[in-house]
Formats: sequence, structure tokens, C-alpha cells
Amino acid sequence: MSGYSPHTPTDVAAMLEAIGVGSIDDLVKHVPAHLRASAGIDLPAGLTEPELRARFAALAARNTGADGRAVFLGAGAYPHFSPGVVNQILLRSEFATAYTPYQPEVSQGTLQAIFEFQTFAALLLGLEVANASMYDGASATAEAVLMARRLLPDRRVVLLSRALHPHYREVVATYLRGLGDVEVHEVPFGDDGRIDLAALRNQLGTDTLCVVLGYPNVFGVIEDVPTAAAAIHDAGALCITATCEPLALALVRSPGSAGADIAVAEGQSLGLPVSYGGPGVGLFATHDRFLRSMPGRIVGETVDGDGRRGFVLTLATREQHIRRERATSNICTNQGLCALAVTVYLSMLGRHGLRRLARVNYQSAHATAARLDAAGLTLPFKAPFFNEFVVRSDASSRWEQLAMQEGIVAGFPLGRWYPELGDALLVCVTETHTASQIDQLVRTLQPAAVRSAGGR
Amino acid sequence: MLLDEPLIFERGSDGRPGWEVPGDTGSAEFGLPPELRREDDLAGMPEVGELEVLRHFVRMSQWNLSAATTLYPLGSCTMKYNPVVNEDLARLPGFAALHPLVPDALAQGALELIEVLEQALAAVCGLDAVSLQPAAGAQGELTGMLVVRAHHVDRGSPRTKVLIPASAHGTNPASSALCGYDVAEVPVNARGLLDADAVAAIMDESVAALMVTNPNTLGLFEEEMEAVARAVHAKGGLVYMDGANMNALMGVAKPGDMGVDVMQFNLHKTFSTPHGGGGPGAGPVAVREILRAYLPTPRLVRDGSGLRWSDDMPKSVGRVRSFHGNFGILVRALGYIERLGGPGLAEATRLAILNANYLRARLEGTYHLPFTSPSMHECVFSDRNLAEHGVHTLDVAKRLLDHGFYAPTIYFPLVVKGALMIEPTETESKATLDEFVGAMLSIAEEARTDPNRVREAPHDTRLSRLDETRAARRPVLRWRPSVTPEQP
Repeated sequence: MSGYSPHTPTDVAAMLEAIGVGSIDDLVKHVPAHLRASAGIDLPAGLTEPELRARFAALAARNTGADGRAVFLGAGAYPHFSPGVVNQILLRSEFATAYTPYQPEVSQGTLQAIFEFQTFAALLLGLEVANASMYDGASATAEAVLMARRLLPDRRVVLLSRALHPHYREVVATYLRGLGDVEVHEVPFGDDGRIDLAALRNQLGTDTLCVVLGYPNVFGVIEDVPTAAAAIHDAGALCITATCEPLALALVRSPGSAGADIAVAEGQSLGLPVSYGGPGVGLFATHDRFLRSMPGRIVGETVDGDGRRGFVLTLATREQHIRRERATSNICTNQGLCALAVTVYLSMLGRHGLRRLARVNYQSAHATAARLDAAGLTLPFKAPFFNEFVVRSDASSRWEQLAMQEGIVAGFPLGRWYPELGDALLVCVTETHTASQIDQLVRTLQPAAVRSAGGR
Repeated sequence: MLLDEPLIFERGSDGRPGWEVPGDTGSAEFGLPPELRREDDLAGMPEVGELEVLRHFVRMSQWNLSAATTLYPLGSCTMKYNPVVNEDLARLPGFAALHPLVPDALAQGALELIEVLEQALAAVCGLDAVSLQPAAGAQGELTGMLVVRAHHVDRGSPRTKVLIPASAHGTNPASSALCGYDVAEVPVNARGLLDADAVAAIMDESVAALMVTNPNTLGLFEEEMEAVARAVHAKGGLVYMDGANMNALMGVAKPGDMGVDVMQFNLHKTFSTPHGGGGPGAGPVAVREILRAYLPTPRLVRDGSGLRWSDDMPKSVGRVRSFHGNFGILVRALGYIERLGGPGLAEATRLAILNANYLRARLEGTYHLPFTSPSMHECVFSDRNLAEHGVHTLDVAKRLLDHGFYAPTIYFPLVVKGALMIEPTETESKATLDEFVGAMLSIAEEARTDPNRVREAPHDTRLSRLDETRAARRPVLRWRPSVTPEQP
């Protein structure tokens, strides 16, 4: 008939006869007639598949996704190459079109993949246990704060590092909006781009329930988590780290080892396209002893009737479909297919590939930063960074113009998020950036005097 | 045959180099001080070859039943066909490789897509403004209830309670609690429906909202919805509709016309985006004009220079996730909507209702139908007629797997003891429905003649029934090098 439904007129007639009605309209006649009369959907008629492809190709062509512009943007979404195997597996209908594995006997593919994902998340974050994933890094951070509140119900102050990605801070604030018993305060960053430890120590108190640090933080800077965590623990509070660029964790000390009690991350960087910001996937890990307070789905190992290993959803008594308003979270699903992407990606890169890729990112970003430094630009933050760094440049005032006219998105103008960093650009360099794109970046950002002198 | 496959961590051998990218100088130089360096050299991460990885996941995929494999009649989940063309659309480089922070002028195609989808969803539901930011249905509920709260706060007090029917999905009370509300249960009448008088009787000025699913989780249209909404509005409350079951309403009735003030869509249900084994989905929120100012920030606005994001939303509930929502899912959903068009969406709903009622007619009598009000897009049976043989809902579900079908949603809604909630969707043919009916009838017959065969199902799956109690009692939630179990 139309669209994707296979019904023939003969089918419909036979079905109506079996039901004992004369028409489909008879099946909805208990819906008030005036509602039905006004229910028409004022949208154009449908397109054929070729028309649809042409229409979407035209829309996509009006974006800069693949038009050769040099885009040095990270700031929470990171461009990386992804092995062909990842996309091939994501296109397997058996994974893509299944749902929640309520019937584990015929969902073992999904379940074992999640069990492997949980293992990867726990390994990478350096903690004992991880859940089946959350929506994204930002909502995972909010869920971590809510979990801390369950663990320390008598405390009421949440401290967020000001150098935590602003979207993450905003989502935490949104999730806490309805719960009148918690206050959120910011801890400033210091001159080196890391959390101001003296300020942190001052703000910590017997009422502090948790502190959230970006790791790396929004400036790409690697926080000194061990020192911060020690201070946080001395105050009896919980240390939460949120990682936007988990590739960094292949080189830097794991959050768990550094002292995080709960560690979350955005997994987009590990095998998913930036896709205008979503879908991504939140990684969430903690200590075994906090397991019962952890939000989200969890897959566990068990055996079948014949003693063979298998996997099931487990510990569901924390969840909304059992506990309803007393659940640890309102989350229902996880981010299954994106978690699968991360699992395939990390399997493909492996222990050595992941470390090597992280090294390429580190070195490429550092080489670029060194050139900008040599060109006379100021890199205000002296703390260690991974593949993203801050540079001050008058080019920030011409950011859009440079993007439109010169084909380069020269980082992100941080003044939009941090007025105090007026002319700063946040520049991300990954393995996807070519030598000529990096040359173009250096030319674009170098001071006007150097540019006019023909400097390179 | 289905091949066995160990965990990826149990495969491979030390020293496999892994996937390579250009640019590696081989240098191990990092400026990181030792105390900030990775402590374990990623010990435990696999070292596996490319073919092994591919084979690993291909084998595992074959252990799944999916909507592409077979009828997946999971009630309230709308497991319709996920058009493959939409996978191609979402992967167009202009969408997939588009960074969320590029200047708006370089993302006009994406922004137009978002604008068109917002308008299409508004056209379907009859409400005035839509935010596409929420990542899933439950996050849409949270967003919508935060909007409700913000509305009341603006009028002096957030109020304290939310009314929710006992048949509601668990996310409804959980989302309300996350907004700081107490949950009060609304009774349903003998027909399984809300009663406007009963709602009016418990409605007072402490109630922030009624949260209602329509059609409800019994698959029944709330016939008194308008009167119910009037009762709620009379005391200054708002009506939140869980849009999980919108596949029953397109072209049949608009929530905006029924008195609904705010609702969420589930694009992975009604609008066919793949369920992904449990996400990613998308849970857009639609509101009436009076609530527009509270929607999540940023908002898409159109001015002389085109479309752009605006943060100028002083009354907004704020952000619920980073960037602009699950954009890749939005692409797929709009692909579906434009492929069907307005008339096609209405036809999809009509055929979904036809399919559900056909199954109901064929199975009623053999299976007990606890509520006989007219069904919309799904129908809920119980195991009452099989209980005398010691066969229960779980057994029927497991035996269906042997017949090559996924199982319905079971033991939900909680108001039906031993519920079997069946939603066939409009994309299944009569022939497939007849096969499913054949399986259901043969299971009922077998329950009488050979109940143990049903109780011990499944028999033909790769694994037999799994020990869920053991999983919960002795949680093993990840692989660890030291406790790797031996494969028998």
C-alpha cells in the first residue's frame, strides 16, 4: 500500500473479516469523533527512496562535514579515524535492530558485547566495576553526582571544577534542579589551567559530598588528580573525574589509580563519528563497594541449565522498572549500539594500537603547540596537556570569517564559554589532521606582524 | 549452527601490534611526569588480529534475534522495520563528520534538518514547540517534568505531587522523583481506563501534573482524556503524556487536541530508528505555547542570516546533554518521516491498529484477555487460561523462541497478573502474523498435552534457560585476568 507496510487490499479485507468489523475506521470509532476529525497530519506526501537520498544529500552538502575545511575542534567531540570493521559490525542488523535483552537465550550477542564493554570501561578507567553505559559523558557526570548524593546523603554541597566542560556543568545543574537539597559551587582554575588546589582546599568542608574534575579538563590539561583526590578524601568527600577525550587515558594515569571514586567518560572518541554531537555514549565506573548505588543497566555472567557460560541483565533491583520512584536512576536503556562501537574499536586497536594512537595525538598536538609558541603566540597554560591546548590569538575575533572565507576552523573561541579568556582559542590536533592543514593553522594564528612579514 | 566464541579478552596473543594510523614516529617521548603516566601499560587490553575481531563480533551477532531476523512483538517498544536507507543517510559525511561546534553558518543543512523535524513532530502531536535535545525517552520524561516544575516555580511554588496511574512504565515515577515530586497513584476503572471523576476527586492544588500514557500500557485509548485534562487544569495542574505509544495515534488523535500540555516522543519507537540492543534513541519533548520558554537550551532560531543556536533562554530548565542531542538518530527519524509523508504516517498507525486487533481476534479465547475495551496498537493477554496446566507467561515466552519469534513484553503492565503484551507493528504482513498465531496456538495446545515441554523451553536456542538468580547473588560483571572461567 504505502511506505513500509506490506498489506495488500486482500489481506486487509481478510483481517477485517477475522476481527468482525467492516473497516479500519470501525476500530477507532471509540476515539471521540472531533479528535479524529482534526488529527490530519499537515505534512507533504512521502518521497521514494531515490528522492529521499537526493534530498538528504543536498542537506548534508550544506554542512562542512566533508568539504575539505581544516577543522581543529575538539572541546568534547573528537575526530578520529575508525577501522572499517567498526562500521561493518554496527551495520549488522542482528545488533542494530535488537532491543533490550529481556530474553537472554536469544540475545547473547548483545549481552556478551556489553559484558566486554563493561570490562573495557573498567580497564580504561582503572576501577573495578562499570555499567552497561549511559547516554553521554555529560549525563553520566550528572548520574555520578546523584550517586555520590546517595552514598553521602547527609552532605549537600557539590563542587564542580570551573575547568570541567561547561556542558557537563550545565547538565549536572539541570539534573539537580528538582532536588532542592543540594547546592552546586564552582572551584576556579589556576594560572596553569588546572584546578586551583588552594581554592579547592578552602572550599572543601564537612558538607562537601563530591568534587568533579575534568580529566583532561576542558582546556585539554591533565589535572593533578592524585593531589586533588587526597584533599577531597581528607574532607570525607568523593572524587569524580569526567573524561571527554578517553584516548588520553592510554597515556595518563587511570582515574581509579589517581584516586577517583567514580569515573565517567564520553566514549564518542573511541570509534564513533562526531555526528554533530551525538549519539555518543557515557562510560561509568566505580569501586566494587559502591556497586549497589551505581545507576544504569548491568550485565553479569552466569550459566545456563547445562552449565554453559552465558550473560544476563542483573542487579535490576536498583532500577526503575522494579523500584519505580525509589530507583537509583530514571534511566531505562543504555546506549547499546554506541557501546558496541567502543567495544569493537578497542578490540581492533588493542593494547598496542591504542597506546600508539594516543602517542601520535600527543606528539602531533605538542609539535603544533611548539610551532605556535615559536611563532610568538602565547600558550597561557603551562600544565601538561594531551591533544588539545589553549592559545591566545587575535584570530579568535575573526573566527567565523576565517571559517567561511579561508576554510579553516581554527579551534574554538573559548571566550564564548569563558569571558575571562577573551582571545583564547582551544585547538585540538588528532591523527586526522594533515601536515598541510597544520601549516595552514600556524599561518592563520600567527601574530599579524609575523604574517605581514611573510613569516611561516 | 551457531559457533561458540570466547570473550575478546580470552583471544589473541601478546605482541600483536593492533590497528595502525599514519604519523607514528616510534618515539616514546612524552613530557608527562611519571606520577601522571598510565600505571599499567593497558595490561588486559586485547591483542587480537583484524579477522579475529571481525569473526568474534559476527559470531556474536548470530546469537541475537532481532527485528530484522524475525517478528519481535515486544509490547510498548514498537519494533517496526528500521529502514536501511536511513543508515546510509546518517552516514553521509556532511552529517557524520560534522563537528558540533562549527560556526552555525557551516551547519545550515543540519540546522534545517533539525528545524524540519521539530515542525514535523509538532504537526503530528498538535503542540507548539519541540526540543530535540533529550537522548532517550526517559530523558525526555525528565526534561518534560522539569519543564512542568519550572512552570509552577514561575507561578510561586513547584507543588509537591505527580499523579501516575498504576499501569505506568517505571520511568514515569522515577523521572518524577528525580524532579523532587512525590508520586500518587491514580486508580483505573474496571475497563482499564482513567475515570475523569476519579481524577477530579483526588486532584488538588498540590498536584503539579498528571502523567499519563495514551494509549495506556494496556493498549487502550483513554476515552475520557479530555475530561481528565479539564479536571487537572481546573486545579492549575498540567497534563504530561508519555508518548511511548504514539504509533497508535498518528492521524487518529493529536495529544494537543486532548488537553495534553507536554509530552515526549520516542523516535526509536514511532519513527523507526534502530533500537540498537538498547539505545541510542532520542526523546524529543513537545510543549504547548505557555511552556516554550522552559525548554532546554540552546534553542534553534531563524533570523535574517539563517538558522542559529540561541542561548538566550533565561527561563530554560538548562541542558540535559552535551551539544544538540542524538543528531544521528534525528537524521534517521526525519528520513522515515519524509519517506512516509503525512498520509503515510497516518496509514502506518491505521495498519498498526489493524495488525494488533487481528492478533487479538485470533488469540482471544485461547489466551485470556483481561480487559476487553477496544485495542489500539497492542493487546495485553494473561496466562490465566494456562495456569491449570502449570504453564506460565515466562514459559510461553521461552517456548516462542523455539518457534523462531522473539517474545512479547512479559509481566508488564503490573496491573495484569502474568501479562503478555503483544505489539506487532504495521510492518508485519498478515502471513507473518498468521505464523505467529500458529505458534501461540500450538503453545497453548502443548501446555495441555505436554506442559513440561513448555516449562523447560527453550529447547532449540544456543543456550538453555539462564540462571538469573546466580548472576545476582554472585555478581561477575567483567572479565578479570585472574579469574577467567574455563570454557566447558
